Amino acid sequence: MAVIKLQRPKLSIGEKLYLGALVKGFFLTLGHAIKTLRGKSIGADTLASSGLGVTMQFPEQRWDDHMPEYYRGAPALVTDEQGRERCVSCQLCEFICPPKAIKITPSEIPAGDRWAKVEKRPLEFDIDMIRCIYCGMCEEVCPEQAIYLRKDYLITGLKRADMVHDKKKLYEIGGMRVGLVNKWNELK
Amino acid sequence: MSDTLSATVETKLPKDLAAEKGMVNVQIDGIWHQFPKGTRMIEACRQAEIIVPHYCYHPKLSSPGNCRMCLVQMGMPPRPAPGQEPTRDEAGYESIGWMPRPVIACANTVSENMGIRTSGELVEKCREGVMEFLLINHPLDCPICDQAGECRLQEQSVQHGRGVSRFVEQKVKKPKNVDIGPRIRLDDERCIMCSRCIRFMDEVAGDSVLGFTQRGTHTTLTVHPGKLLDSNYSLNTADICPVGALTSNDFRFQMRVWFLKETPTIDVNCGTGTNITVWTRGNEIHRITPRLNNEVNSAWMPDSHRLNFHYIDGPKRLTEPLTRSARGHVATTWRDALAQISQKIKATDRSALAIIGSARMTNEELFLLRALASEIGSGELALVPRFGDADDLLIAADRNPNSMGAKLVLDLSDPYAALDQIRAGVENGSIRGLLVFGEDLISDAGFSSESLEKLDFMVQTTLLANATADLATWVLPSAAFAEKRGSMVNLSGRLQRLNRAIELPGSARDDWELIRDLILSISGEANEVHMIEDVFKAMAENLTVFKGLTLSKIGHQGVPIAETGYQIPLLNKESARRSAGLIS
Repeated sequence: MAVIKLQRPKLSIGEKLYLGALVKGFFLTLGHAIKTLRGKSIGADTLASSGLGVTMQFPEQRWDDHMPEYYRGAPALVTDEQGRERCVSCQLCEFICPPKAIKITPSEIPAGDRWAKVEKRPLEFDIDMIRCIYCGMCEEVCPEQAIYLRKDYLITGLKRADMVHDKKKLYEIGGMRVGLVNKWNELK
Repeated sequence: MSDTLSATVETKLPKDLAAEKGMVNVQIDGIWHQFPKGTRMIEACRQAEIIVPHYCYHPKLSSPGNCRMCLVQMGMPPRPAPGQEPTRDEAGYESIGWMPRPVIACANTVSENMGIRTSGELVEKCREGVMEFLLINHPLDCPICDQAGECRLQEQSVQHGRGVSRFVEQKVKKPKNVDIGPRIRLDDERCIMCSRCIRFMDEVAGDSVLGFTQRGTHTTLTVHPGKLLDSNYSLNTADICPVGALTSNDFRFQMRVWFLKETPTIDVNCGTGTNITVWTRGNEIHRITPRLNNEVNSAWMPDSHRLNFHYIDGPKRLTEPLTRSARGHVATTWRDALAQISQKIKATDRSALAIIGSARMTNEELFLLRALASEIGSGELALVPRFGDADDLLIAADRNPNSMGAKLVLDLSDPYAALDQIRAGVENGSIRGLLVFGEDLISDAGFSSESLEKLDFMVQTTLLANATADLATWVLPSAAFAEKRGSMVNLSGRLQRLNRAIELPGSARDDWELIRDLILSISGEANEVHMIEDVFKAMAENLTVFKGLTLSKIGHQGVPIAETGYQIPLLNKESARRSAGLIS
């Protein structure tokens, strides 16, 4: 391996003392402080400042309105216009999930059910949010348009078990989604 | 050139060379091969390592040629004009005149100097057309279909399909989710009318209850009115169904096949030793399917054997060694249990001890059982017979999977003979201690619970809680067939191998390790046998039938080691169909 000798930069006395730079820094900070007091901080609007300076007072103030359309938050299951759960537990998301966060137990829809003709739905659908990396592969692979990454980002819990989203929680986050491909209506 | 070749006496033409061996020359995709006369074109291509896509063709069934997927281009030498010599190339093959229309490869046989093209514009256009017709009325419900992942229609449409549908009309509606039998569900919309199931039920299972009704696009697979698809071989129709029209109720919506790991092993429900594949995910068995072995089970297996695996992780499964106390059975450790058992054995007079083994044990376990008997010095060793009705196909009357192996390993002409003597000994009190391996004496061997209660002690190794284990002083949890490795000999004398598909639950132990530990705790010697291979090695050194064999040499298809004269009825029927020309 080649050894490259670097030449140390030659510094003048003033630079060596660094006093000048220090004073320069003080003035810069002072300039910002004055701007803040006058309510003219740079970027206060775009960064959703909650008053003084550019700081947003979380959790009283939220970032939510500023989230872009493509934001990838917690994955969730959705129902269609008629309240039917779109997921048919094909387990493709479980298969594609890089950190193996998804676990599905498939089941048959009982004969008397309104949607018995769909035949299959998940009995259990668990997403371990400790494992989830919000990559969106599940949404991309879903052939039934049943799983979406929503804008929820506040996923907290006191126990590991709290961090596993079960089917009920996933539909709670996901809600109803309209205007998608409707494979299982009567006309098919 | 052609004149000189045919005129030379020494130089024989390829057709004559092949004819001497009963073969014919066939050119497949430009390369010349030789095949026996009467070989089907599709089989010839398979032997030349070219897979011709197909649905209706199955090597063990007749060829109706109704799916039209295996269309290939065929050519024969043109018929020469009167007095004209056929033109030959340098190697002596006649030039091929290609036919303008394709032929099906499954129902035509090869002939001398035939040419087959399995690719090219004509063949590829044909396949694309056939695929488009098959998909016209096919519901695209792959996300819910159990066949997804092992569906021929999916595979072929990836390879030969158009990717988009040009069909704008209404699809034909047919019955879905039809209950046609206790173990099979039918979805007529998915059916592509290959008729494999109909032919299987007719030709192999001998219970022709399936058939087509209606015509054209309305053709529907149905079960005969008033009948059910309830044959004990019905689940084979789900195996051979190339699409998801017939699916197994037991496996329905359990798991997608791409998650499952396949382990080749053998069935232990009867003496036939059907070759099977165990499909597992994690530590759970999801299904069992037959595995091709032309010397044992062909490609089939009975439903009763196939579905007999749910007990393995059932509620009765034992996972901890137990010892009997005043308040019933309590969990103990292996170390304590083995020490107490060996102490008890040593304290008991050897003539008052007896061992009851099982012909469900592997050769290795039986070999160690024999060593245990000689270590104890007890001459009393018997296995429990288990007989049922043979079904004239695959199920043998002998329901023990390894009775032939037991005869060879224990070197007894009838390993069941001493059982009556032991039973009498237990009843009259001359036997005080009993070591029972894997058998439920009360329900399977005719022992009474009163007589077993009289014993000083009884050791029972078992998978599941049962009436005999209730009375045992020590209950030792052992391994199920899918949890162990080892070998067995089937009724026709074929040595076959069991492979481990799942791990043992809790602190249950593999049977051979358990017997080894028992021997060691009695003798007090240090352990020298660490692997099942070591046991097999010792067995090969001591018993001449296993000489020169190892577990790995047995392979997945087994090796014949003994001549027993037993013939598997299903194989006899298959060879009868072959000689009748129904299959090739």
